[in-house]
Amino acid sequence: MERTEDHVLGLIERVKSKPLRFRDEQITMAHGAGGKATLTLIEGLLAPAFGIDELADAAAVGELAVTTDSFVVRPIRFPGGSIGELAVNGTVNDLAVSGARPLALTLSLVLEEGLSADELRAEVEAIARAAEAAGVRIVAGDTKVVERGRCDSMYVTTTGIGRLDPRAQLSPSSLRPGDRILVSGPVGEHGTAIMLARGEFELDAAIESDTKPLWPAVDALLDAAGDSLRCVRDATRGGVASVLNELARASGVAIVVREAQVPVHPAVAGACEILGIDPMYVANEGTLVAFAAPEAADDALAALRSVAGCEAAAEIGEVKTEPPGMVLVETGFGGRRVMDMLVGDPLPRIC
Amino acid sequence: MKYVDEYRDAELGRALAAEIVATVEPGRHYKVMEVCGGHTHTIYKYGVDDLLPANVELVHGPGCPVCVIPMGRVDDGVAVAHEEGVIFTCFGDMMRVPGGDGTLLEAKAEGADIRMVYSPLDALRIARENPDREVVFFAVGFETTAPSTALTLMRAKAEGVRNFSVFCNHVTIVPPLRALLESPDLRLDGFIGPGHVSTVVGARPFEFIPADYGKPVVISGFEPLDLLQSVYMVLRQLADGRCEVENQYKRVVPYDGNPQALAVLAEVFELRPHFEWRGLGFISHSGLKLSEAYRDFDSELRFAVPGVRVADPKACQCGEVLKGVIKPWECKVFGTACTPERPIGTCMVSSEGACAAYYNYGRFARERVVV
Repeated sequence: MERTEDHVLGLIERVKSKPLRFRDEQITMAHGAGGKATLTLIEGLLAPAFGIDELADAAAVGELAVTTDSFVVRPIRFPGGSIGELAVNGTVNDLAVSGARPLALTLSLVLEEGLSADELRAEVEAIARAAEAAGVRIVAGDTKVVERGRCDSMYVTTTGIGRLDPRAQLSPSSLRPGDRILVSGPVGEHGTAIMLARGEFELDAAIESDTKPLWPAVDALLDAAGDSLRCVRDATRGGVASVLNELARASGVAIVVREAQVPVHPAVAGACEILGIDPMYVANEGTLVAFAAPEAADDALAALRSVAGCEAAAEIGEVKTEPPGMVLVETGFGGRRVMDMLVGDPLPRIC
Repeated sequence: MKYVDEYRDAELGRALAAEIVATVEPGRHYKVMEVCGGHTHTIYKYGVDDLLPANVELVHGPGCPVCVIPMGRVDDGVAVAHEEGVIFTCFGDMMRVPGGDGTLLEAKAEGADIRMVYSPLDALRIARENPDREVVFFAVGFETTAPSTALTLMRAKAEGVRNFSVFCNHVTIVPPLRALLESPDLRLDGFIGPGHVSTVVGARPFEFIPADYGKPVVISGFEPLDLLQSVYMVLRQLADGRCEVENQYKRVVPYDGNPQALAVLAEVFELRPHFEWRGLGFISHSGLKLSEAYRDFDSELRFAVPGVRVADPKACQCGEVLKGVIKPWECKVFGTACTPERPIGTCMVSSEGACAAYYNYGRFARERVVV
């Protein structure tokens, strides 16, 4: 057959539109990075096995929402937080961005033989403090101990239950052209703080994790925008870029981000610059992305900025029609680029 | 960021773009190659080409040091990484480059102790901290990174660190450029010269391009304004009928390079008779190996490196894409045997390579769709 450009592009489109299949021979770190490989694992293996469309962050059961998450961060303590605090905030935030007021958590601890009692006590106290701050109770739990070397100090799993807020009409497929995109604060702080805390790069900077509960922010958004609030997401692993890509795909719309308006702490910008990493792909643990109908966007932003910890919230872009499923960035320099899904972990580059 | 943001000023960018429009002949199509992968990254990251008129095309060159490593060398690296007791260290972006039989990232998942480092000195530190293990550094890069490998080896030798060795894949910039220029079907009007490499080798080694091949060269910095100015300088030369090496990156690049770095390179490395480039084949005197004085630190002598040769499929037309002779979709293996998941040539390995960008973004990659 004659090889024309249309023919070749058509061929690629057919391949891309096929459902994702999980064909990898083994799990690599890329499957945990929140990008394409993670999506393949979920859509190609887990979701079909359970007969569901996607593995949602939280699901509704009657008037309640339920979610679960595991925490395996290394090091377990880092500037701005620790694994215990993360385990509470991560789970209550999955509830919050689903439009559910967090009520209660269960807690499961996997502890490594040899873990010092002081370290454990500190984390248990961090969990208690974070739960109190988030307004949830720990109501059930489990503990297991594994031999030294079989886990990294401790792993924590929390399951959260929340009450769905009647004001919330949130859906990832509800984005419409014209909708405005808000972020609740500076991006990339958690992931950068962790990268530096590992001490693998000889870089020092005063960067702290942004870990915090997000229900107050969601509550304020719902108050201000009601059902004009289309969708809210917690920009955890894979960062804001991954959230935008998922939603552009789910809603079949284009998303345009104005890079100059994205808030980034100068120290984060500096560290990412040196490492060759884009802060838009770096994990947050207390920063949400919200989509609001154009008429409600200004009120939503004002409401968000009135919440403690979200003073630096900003409008960063807009939903468009073309090209569907793609995220485009208008760069501060006046050009454009495609902001694609992450292929693996963001890796420092020499090139 | 002070001293950085000044080079990213959108208003100055628009002014330069207007000067570029005033310089080009409307009916003529210009193709300018940026040689260095770092330049390609800047162009992509800031959308620099959106500021150019439609008849000025930037062609991405062969200067991404991880993308040009042939599959066989990656397989060799993986084999060494799997050897008993070895800690294998490499730069982050090397981890994902596929060999004939998987990536270093996959080898890590299979249990090889592979660690990402940011500098060869980190690899040497790991060697000091693990005296009972063999620590190997996978050295890649042009003359830009080679001096840091050389300094690390000099330090290892001075300190007598015996459990450290280097799997050397350093390459040099001039031979692949000459190979490109030798091609009779080359369709390029000028070159943006590699700034980082030139901080070491200087601007002088590129004089052969105007002298022997009649193409202008402008050594460029890495900020978006640097690149726009360099494009302007190339186009200005063409408009004036001049053809020479100009140095836009004077704030960093001395015309004769860095004599200390060059001396270090001369002591630690020597040229290989030939070295294979992904998608471009073997190029004479284009690769470095450790010199006699440093043979004790050569991983290729210390380990049974299999010396895998994985021939690029004959149908791969990376060379033609690089030379601007064909479009990515015209290559016989594009989108079938060669995809971003299983890339063959360098243009598909790098996410910013012409073929990968075209595969992922289709016409959008080319037409600069206005949204």
